[in-house]
Amino acid sequence: MTRYFTQDHEWIEVEGDTGTVGITDYAQGQLGDITFVELPAEGAPVAKGDSVSVVDSVKAASDVYTPVSGVVIEANPALADAPELVNTDAETGGWLFRLTLSDAGELSSLMDEAAYKAFVEGL
Amino acid sequence: MRYLPLTPADRSAMLDVIGAASVDDLFVDVPQEARLAGPVEGLPLHASELAVERHMSRLAAKNLSAGSAPFFIGAGAYRHHIPASVDHLIQRGEFLTAYTPYQPEIAQGTLQVLFEFQTQVARLFGTDIANASMYDGSTACWEAILMAARITRRNRAVLSGGLHPHYAEVVKTMAKFTGDKIVAGLPELQANCDDSHVIGCIDGETSCVVVQYPDILGRIPDLSAIAEAAHAKGALLVVMVTEPVALGLIEAPGHLGADIVVGEGQSLGVGLQFGGPYLGLFGCREKFVRQMPGRLCGQTVDADGRRGFVLTLSTREQHIRREKATSNICTNSGLCALAFSIHMTLLGGDGLARLARVNHARAQAMVGRVTRVPGVSCLNTTYFNEATLILPKDAREVVRALAEKGVLGGVSLGRLYPGVGGLANGLLVTATETVTDEDIETFATELEGVLA
Repeated sequence: MTRYFTQDHEWIEVEGDTGTVGITDYAQGQLGDITFVELPAEGAPVAKGDSVSVVDSVKAASDVYTPVSGVVIEANPALADAPELVNTDAETGGWLFRLTLSDAGELSSLMDEAAYKAFVEGL
Repeated sequence: MRYLPLTPADRSAMLDVIGAASVDDLFVDVPQEARLAGPVEGLPLHASELAVERHMSRLAAKNLSAGSAPFFIGAGAYRHHIPASVDHLIQRGEFLTAYTPYQPEIAQGTLQVLFEFQTQVARLFGTDIANASMYDGSTACWEAILMAARITRRNRAVLSGGLHPHYAEVVKTMAKFTGDKIVAGLPELQANCDDSHVIGCIDGETSCVVVQYPDILGRIPDLSAIAEAAHAKGALLVVMVTEPVALGLIEAPGHLGADIVVGEGQSLGVGLQFGGPYLGLFGCREKFVRQMPGRLCGQTVDADGRRGFVLTLSTREQHIRREKATSNICTNSGLCALAFSIHMTLLGGDGLARLARVNHARAQAMVGRVTRVPGVSCLNTTYFNEATLILPKDAREVVRALAEKGVLGGVSLGRLYPGVGGLANGLLVTATETVTDEDIETFATELEGVLA
């Protein structure tokens, strides 16, 4: 399992050709209390950089972009009743959706954990 | 007070910046022949205020207005008695705030009224929640279709043949720009709504089915059966109510399986007003609230624990979320909603039920009397305050002839469905609490004369 990060503060954990996507702990901290998460439809084809999900907080509604292309296979069912999971467990139980990757080569443009940490410190 | 914010110096300074010599230069792209060189031909020059007033009064006197004649017109806009206290109360200084709250929390009174309005609409419709109003019934109807498309992620909407044709036209016009597929039909001149036909049009790609209740011919469709069929295919039931007073007597659509209920609120508090401004009503199931368009007022407590009102879920809205907003409506019909809410408050639940019973009784008296006119029959086996009469000839001519006699005798189906021959003899007639026995007698007598 390898975890990658984007400059838009999404993370993706890849196992085989399946990726699990969420927003980073840094991102949830910036957004404040999350009140609702709009999730992508299962079976929807998505292209790297598409806005596929929306996270509503008391401050703003923020788009979530998919780090890679593929087909959505699952949206986190726990978030419908407990969107606050994105606050408490942003990088674990607060994942947003899973997808089947269509081009693993796209991962090479993403950051690893150390690079993301440096990126956030530079903000 | 005149509002002329620019001095000639301001104007020339601005023209200097953009490099134009005159304001006329800004219009050089408009072809010369399309520009107006002088006064409009045939239009008189200015007249004094007094002369204009006299002229307008003379023109206005040519109208045969709803209040000055036996009046049986409905078809989506209903004449009801509005207590004078409504007009008095809506003009109170406390309510003279912006028409929709953009800096909302300073206008607690306005927000409280909207909160109460929402509660009334939700109770009337039998929905979990309602918003702070839309522009009018037809735009609310279209917004409901968009909302169903967002929820189901499908974009094929089925309109029942009983939906008001003007509403269907608004939907078709808007769908031209969104690419939504609209399946629409015409009403059949039969006693019962063709519910099975509508049900047959619902397929696995359908986002919603839109049903008017009571329908355009005054009939009352079986919402439960349509809801069940829609839900079985994963589609939503959108119910359109053009006469909210009817809900004082017949079951609320939300209790019969409707997912979204929209309405035209003109009947209560607003008045006919020659066609507008009117009031869109919008309610739905709570689980769909994130996809609901429009403003939404909520009750909360402040830092000291005192009750207060806020505009809530604004992150759905255009002024926060720009082009990603749930809907591009970012406003509501504040004054009309206020009038609706005050009228509803004055009536109360019992009063509304009583008003509805009186309406139905007046309509029964009217239908009973006019169907004694030779050649006239009533199509409906169910109706509230509006029903369809079948005449022995084209109803358009009959309506015109009645107007010559000083009777506003309903809306011909030929006017609503021009060119649809099979409907031409249908006449839609309404009787509200404003109709007297004498009005009904005059109507029947004149109708008999016109048909003889």
